Amino acid sequence: MTTADATTTRAVVVERRVPHSLDKVWRALTQGPLLESWLMANDFQPVVGHRFTFRMPPMEGWNGVTDCEVLSVAPQRELSYTWNASGEEAATGIRTVVTWTLEAEAGGVLVRMEQSGFRPQDKRNEMGAKYGWERNLGQLEAVVAGMQ
Amino acid sequence: MHSAPDDVFKALADPTRRALLERLLREGELNVRALTEQSGVSQPAVSKHLGVLRQAGLVLERPQGRVVHYRAEPKGFAPLTDWMRFYAVFWEERMDRLENLLKRMDQ
Repeated sequence: MTTADATTTRAVVVERRVPHSLDKVWRALTQGPLLESWLMANDFQPVVGHRFTFRMPPMEGWNGVTDCEVLSVAPQRELSYTWNASGEEAATGIRTVVTWTLEAEAGGVLVRMEQSGFRPQDKRNEMGAKYGWERNLGQLEAVVAGMQ
Repeated sequence: MHSAPDDVFKALADPTRRALLERLLREGELNVRALTEQSGVSQPAVSKHLGVLRQAGLVLERPQGRVVHYRAEPKGFAPLTDWMRFYAVFWEERMDRLENLLKRMDQ
């Protein structure tokens, strides 16, 4: 775990070693249609300052749209963008930063994803209450399906 | 946080377990025999599924003599309400998809 501000925020870090070239991994991270095929529908462009969205089907407690802005682009090395709640959820929702770091290694690349800026209050609304779940087990199925 | 396998998501990934949980949420406390009726699986299988749900914190048990009663534990859903845990699972799954894409790409 990494912390941007140790007292208030936390980060999710996921790393993978992949037996592929830097060029190939960079393309998968930065070309819109490729990005969509493994991450989400998007209008991303690898240009600092570019504003875009990632879109998923809405689910209970989330409209499914993530507002983003490209913060840094260092080809085949590092890419970062904001990853924020959108619409009516923007004011109170998450405000995080996703940073991709690529490191060439023997036989491949170490891919590191860090999503930083989670605050203790970043809970999803309206979920977890017993009555909500009784009504929404169908949506639960959709959430779980999205995770697999 | 390096995301360990998420017990709650795993527990909920199985349709039989979701059906058992749904009944407990709807009907309150039930024992294994009552849960086995309508479940379409054997009593040992139901017991095993209940064990997984209990391990994940989604179900509580109350022994009474030789009979054990089960009920849903709404607090067990808390991991799903926490965005950080949601994304820990989300990124692991998306990284799997990235790896699959890289295998399919040329060069």
